[in-house]
Amino acid sequence: MSYLDYGSDQTPTGWRKILHMNWPLVFLLAAVASAGFLMLYSVSGGRAEMWAEPQLERFGVGMVAMVALAFVPIWFWRSISVVAYLVCLGLLVLVDVVGHNAMGAQRWLDLGPVKLQPSELMKIALVLLLAAYYDWLDLGRVSRPLWVLIPVLLILTPTALVLVQPDLGTSLMLVAGGGLMMFVAGVSLWYFGAVIALVGGLVFAVMKSRGTDWQLLHDYQFRRIDTFLDPSSDPLGAGYNITQAQIALGSGGWSGRGFMQGTQSRLNFLPEKHTDFIFTTLAEEFGFIGTVSLLSLYALILAFCLYSALTNRDRFASLLTLGIAATFFLYFAVNMSMVMGLLPVVGVPLPMVSYGGTQLMILLMAFGIVQSAHVNRPR
Amino acid sequence: MKKSAREIVESSRSITRRGLMLGGIQAAVVATLGWRLKTMQLDRAHEFRLLSDGNSIKLRLLPPARGLIHDRNGIVIAGNEANYRATITREEAGDPAVVIARLRHLIPMTDTAVAALLADIGRRSAITPVVVADRLTWDQFASIAINAPALPGVTPGSGLSRSYPRGGDFAHVLGYVGPVSDYDLSKIENPDPVLMLPEFQLGKLGVEAKLEPQLRGKAGTRKVEVNSAGREMRELERIEGEQGATVQMTLDAPLQNFAIQRLGEESAAAVVLDVQTGDILASASAPTFDPNLFVRGISGADYRALMEHDHRPLADKTVQGVYPPGSTFKMVTLLAGLDAGVIDGGSHFYCPGYTTVAGRRFHCWSRGGHGSVGPVQSLERSCDVFYYELAQKLGIDRIAAMARRLGIGVRHDLPMSAIAEGIAPDRAWKKARYDQDWQVGDSINSSIGQGYVLASPLQLAVMTARVATGREVRPRLVRAIDGAAVPADAFADLGLAGAHLDIARAGMDAVMNGDRGTAGKSRIVAPEWRMAGKTGTSQVRNITAAERARGVISNDQLPWERRDHALFVCYAPVEAPRYAVSVVVEHGGGGSAVAAPVARDILLFALAGGLPPLDAYPPGQRDGIAEMQARMRLAPVPVAQAAGRARA
Repeated sequence: MSYLDYGSDQTPTGWRKILHMNWPLVFLLAAVASAGFLMLYSVSGGRAEMWAEPQLERFGVGMVAMVALAFVPIWFWRSISVVAYLVCLGLLVLVDVVGHNAMGAQRWLDLGPVKLQPSELMKIALVLLLAAYYDWLDLGRVSRPLWVLIPVLLILTPTALVLVQPDLGTSLMLVAGGGLMMFVAGVSLWYFGAVIALVGGLVFAVMKSRGTDWQLLHDYQFRRIDTFLDPSSDPLGAGYNITQAQIALGSGGWSGRGFMQGTQSRLNFLPEKHTDFIFTTLAEEFGFIGTVSLLSLYALILAFCLYSALTNRDRFASLLTLGIAATFFLYFAVNMSMVMGLLPVVGVPLPMVSYGGTQLMILLMAFGIVQSAHVNRPR
Repeated sequence: MKKSAREIVESSRSITRRGLMLGGIQAAVVATLGWRLKTMQLDRAHEFRLLSDGNSIKLRLLPPARGLIHDRNGIVIAGNEANYRATITREEAGDPAVVIARLRHLIPMTDTAVAALLADIGRRSAITPVVVADRLTWDQFASIAINAPALPGVTPGSGLSRSYPRGGDFAHVLGYVGPVSDYDLSKIENPDPVLMLPEFQLGKLGVEAKLEPQLRGKAGTRKVEVNSAGREMRELERIEGEQGATVQMTLDAPLQNFAIQRLGEESAAAVVLDVQTGDILASASAPTFDPNLFVRGISGADYRALMEHDHRPLADKTVQGVYPPGSTFKMVTLLAGLDAGVIDGGSHFYCPGYTTVAGRRFHCWSRGGHGSVGPVQSLERSCDVFYYELAQKLGIDRIAAMARRLGIGVRHDLPMSAIAEGIAPDRAWKKARYDQDWQVGDSINSSIGQGYVLASPLQLAVMTARVATGREVRPRLVRAIDGAAVPADAFADLGLAGAHLDIARAGMDAVMNGDRGTAGKSRIVAPEWRMAGKTGTSQVRNITAAERARGVISNDQLPWERRDHALFVCYAPVEAPRYAVSVVVEHGGGGSAVAAPVARDILLFALAGGLPPLDAYPPGQRDGIAEMQARMRLAPVPVAQAAGRARA
């Protein structure tokens, strides 16, 4: 009997719920976020007010929100999943129409004091809806074509809306996140094999389309692909970012150059060093020990979520927990692969570490839902 | 919708199965990421570390301080001065126009200069420092430094720049330095990277150019960290360069200064040699120019003025200028005759004022003739006919050989620019040069230093020194490099009979001190400094028979550039020669009237080691000399600095 099962003969109620939260998960999240504050402080050159302090404030708010959400009974999430999905869909339409333009893409809704990025919300809403769908669906029908088609449409509708912003990174994340939900729910592996084959064909077609009048991607997206395939081909142009990122990462060695001693970031060789490329600064300043430590923290978070999900007898709660963990996994795996040159550069932040209010808050709230599933699991 | 227990178990199994599969996938991905981190951060760390350092660490060169040049007394004649300047960086200045407007309260700047500067600042990148003001006085520099808070982006700084504290005195010998041009670089194979520095100064001419390797020194290095925009963030390491060697010249600064002053406004040259060591004590070419103008970047107007000046101030007349030596060449012909045995000390020729050869009449300068003339009188009275007759018996080749033996028609190797070889003509030379046979008239002209003969003032001084000592005196200009003395050569004997040399010396003595000497007026009466000399007046035009019939026109009536060159060579003291002097005054008129007094004054200054006492002069001239000495504006002699290494 582990501490997770301590006094769990009964579902806790009231303030007692706080004792039954998945506290290791809370500490792991705080540890990752702390690494983030440290790196934000470092890349700002010691000016905490630039990034580290606002990030800390949002983290505080996010933690409170997480604890608050842990009190919410699990049935509530199932009940609002459809509404949440529809609201997010509406927001995505809205952002395409009146969205705030940043860096050549409309991703933001300006709501006075806060800027909202509905595509981030949608990732969670999609997980909720798919969890509710597969909870509702008879296990026997999961792999039937019609019942496969419905979640596919549920995934592709917001994906399409995000794609026109345009935000290739997030739309791919939605597809991958939704796909993993279907995988966890037990959809036949044949479907996944077929999709992988289809995607392979599509990639081939996309590459073929370059330079023709039916070109399927923007020029800048093609250039990113080129750069990914051979960053050294254009080290001062499109390949500059990835080349410099890899130099920073590799030059860290075993133990790094020391806190605030990374030349690549301090001397501005690194691009977007406080957002998507923050991992390279960590790698440069803390070396292999630092990067493997962070990777281990991420892996532990996944492990605790997996354990929580597998020990939860509520199908909805399990699916939900696994889905949110998978989304989290996609974030850091894609971000790290990107800065290490394993994937092309797509705009995906390093979860809990990169500077960004919406992303941090939504992640913490998502883990609030995971906590809610954990606290309120049937005994 | 209540689920059955079977369904719950079924669902739980399915989720466990797929959840563990997902966990496996995630674990595989995490392992891949970890493996990638290991290869990049551990296996290839060294490679990336090099790339990272290459990104951010740049090696910057520090220009070395140029070696100093001293005169023989240790007086600095080419030094380095701090060049105070202010630079502005647009990024830090914000609005450069406002900052410069404030700067104008501190230092004078013209409207056009400001407009040009602002355009320049706009063109450059925001982080490139642009020089706003150069060669500031210390007060201006200090006021900029004090007002720094009101002048964002303005950085006062200093570097070293060549300076020639003695002004134009050494302009021709030392030459000058200047910024490295593309042309300079194109001439150098494998140029020293320090040449690429914008502030680096390269020797362009004269000693500065010839001794460039010694004077340059070794560049220092600075390791600096730069950011991605190339801006220097901090200095990591600094290795100071090595200053170039201090070069001590044989020149004597006070004497050089006196010589320049004494030549005055004339287009003239004077060389003073130490006959024992060959040291060039003075090498003066007038008019001169201020080499500091070239270091600072000479203005177009100043440069045009120098180029268009008919006295050619930029040319070094002491080694580049070649002149028909006129009668100063007579020692050569005389010694050639004596050495060949064609004449001896008792030989005489009769001078009726002219001689006729092959139907052509060659005149002596004395229309009335000198009567019977022996070797000593031939020099004392500068009889031309004596040499016409001698040359016919001697032949040109033996005269030319003697000329080269005495240093004329030979290139003397000195670290100076464009040293002329002069011409000691002979049959082979004329054949090669003009494809013509030598004529007896050519020999006659050459015998008195006219015709094809050309010599530089340096060569005339060398000739005089060789006659005075009988040794193969070779001139030298560098006395010591970095405190190590350049050994003086022991000069070989010329192989001329002492009796022959004594005849030539007696003739030169008689020129000054004889009853009928051509330069008796310029004698030195102090017995210990008794001097010997020889006048020369060389024609720069042919006097036609028709002109001669009308009577020779006096020089005063001719335009300047057609007047005769005035020459004089001399040495002293007669008994134990120490110094030899040659003076050429271009288009000056007569050698005895114009060149001799100048040469005497310079020689006396060398002998006396300063302004000579008036009682060295003949009594009647002393008032005039005193007045002249008072008029001269000689540079003050600085307290002699210890020879050796002085840090700039």
